[in-house]
Amino acid sequence: MTDATRNALRTGTVLFLFALVGTAILAFTHDRTEPVITRSQQAEKLALINQVLPASSYDNDLLASRQDLPPDDLLGTRQPSALWIARRGSQVTAVVLEAIAPDGYAGDIALLIGIDIDGKVTGVRVTAHRETPGLGDYVERTKSAWIDQFAGKSLTDPEPKHWKVAKDGGAFDARAGATITPRAVVKAVRSALDYFARHRAAFVAAPPAKEKKA
Amino acid sequence: MMTLNEFRSLFQNGLIKQNTGLVQLLGLCPLLAISNNVVNALSLGLATLLVMAASSGAVSGVRHFVPHEIRIPVFVLIIAALVTVIDLAMNAFVHPLYLVLGIFIPLITTNCIVLARADAFASKNHPLHSVIDAVAMGLGLTLVLVVLGAIRELAGKGTLFSGIDLVFGAAAKSYVLHVLPHYQGFLLAILPPGAFIALGLLIAAHNWNKARAAQRVRAAVPMAA
Repeated sequence: MTDATRNALRTGTVLFLFALVGTAILAFTHDRTEPVITRSQQAEKLALINQVLPASSYDNDLLASRQDLPPDDLLGTRQPSALWIARRGSQVTAVVLEAIAPDGYAGDIALLIGIDIDGKVTGVRVTAHRETPGLGDYVERTKSAWIDQFAGKSLTDPEPKHWKVAKDGGAFDARAGATITPRAVVKAVRSALDYFARHRAAFVAAPPAKEKKA
Repeated sequence: MMTLNEFRSLFQNGLIKQNTGLVQLLGLCPLLAISNNVVNALSLGLATLLVMAASSGAVSGVRHFVPHEIRIPVFVLIIAALVTVIDLAMNAFVHPLYLVLGIFIPLITTNCIVLARADAFASKNHPLHSVIDAVAMGLGLTLVLVVLGAIRELAGKGTLFSGIDLVFGAAAKSYVLHVLPHYQGFLLAILPPGAFIALGLLIAAHNWNKARAAQRVRAAVPMAA
């Protein structure tokens, strides 16, 4: 064996050993943190859902009731989106679904919308957006209470022609200088209500998922 | 093993003379991106400090076993492993903060200041010196981050420590200082250009201070002669 080969073998072995130790450390850490991470991600998801749907309105394991909805124009989705079905006993009391307002000032605004079985909004939250900080981002609940005005609204209250921002003659407030963002959100919530009205029967009839009682 | 003077000079280098943010201008990407408020800045600064101290210690500990030709891949491997450990740990134990810092935690791996200290200092020095050097450098970085964060948050939102509840839970919401009540906000300070402007001002202040100190030394020499 030449010196060069021996040298190459030696460096290769050293690198391999370092990679081995590194991998072992990572595997160990991953193993230790994974359950905690899964738990905090689920708790976070549930906390978010509970912002649009009061935890008192259902008694099933909501996270386990998750279904995929196919992409739909009314939801503004181009990929399958999530639906959670809330039940009390065997009765469906509400649904929580993901929707997208595609016409925000800077692209998609992701929404989480709770709708009770009578077609009334129980709550709306913006979960992701790229609107201008300090201008259009007041649709975020952490920035202002603007989004709360959807609670209790339905397709009959206000009437469909008033599902607009005040500036366009509608029933929803919007701040001067930043109407594109709220306009997109109002429209998306309305479409989601339409979507719910069309699929309500299917949601109500959906068999309960195999879930453990919460 | 280590004299007080060595200790002092390591800290002087890290905090002032060779400050990563103000003098070496290394690792500016996270520095500029995350300094929009004090809490983010402090969190990322401390995470980077932790990575630097651990990686410098590790690199220095194995420096005799690493052939010169493959030292960079080995150092990167060590740093990347440590960062991933911290990334997972933060995801598990301070989840809300992890969501805010997001991509910038994994990106600590590519922060050149970490590799720079590993290669320039830790690979040639005793582990103790290396860890202290890394801590000093990390503190220097954290200091700049926090000052930058404070300036931007104060100018942009009129508050300090907003978002502290992400670290300590909802109860900490009352720790937020509303320094300027009813402040209308100054968006520029929070947006990326604000980071460049504020960092520029900090560097200018640092250079001015250095120039003044140098002048004082020059003025003092004739008197001593």
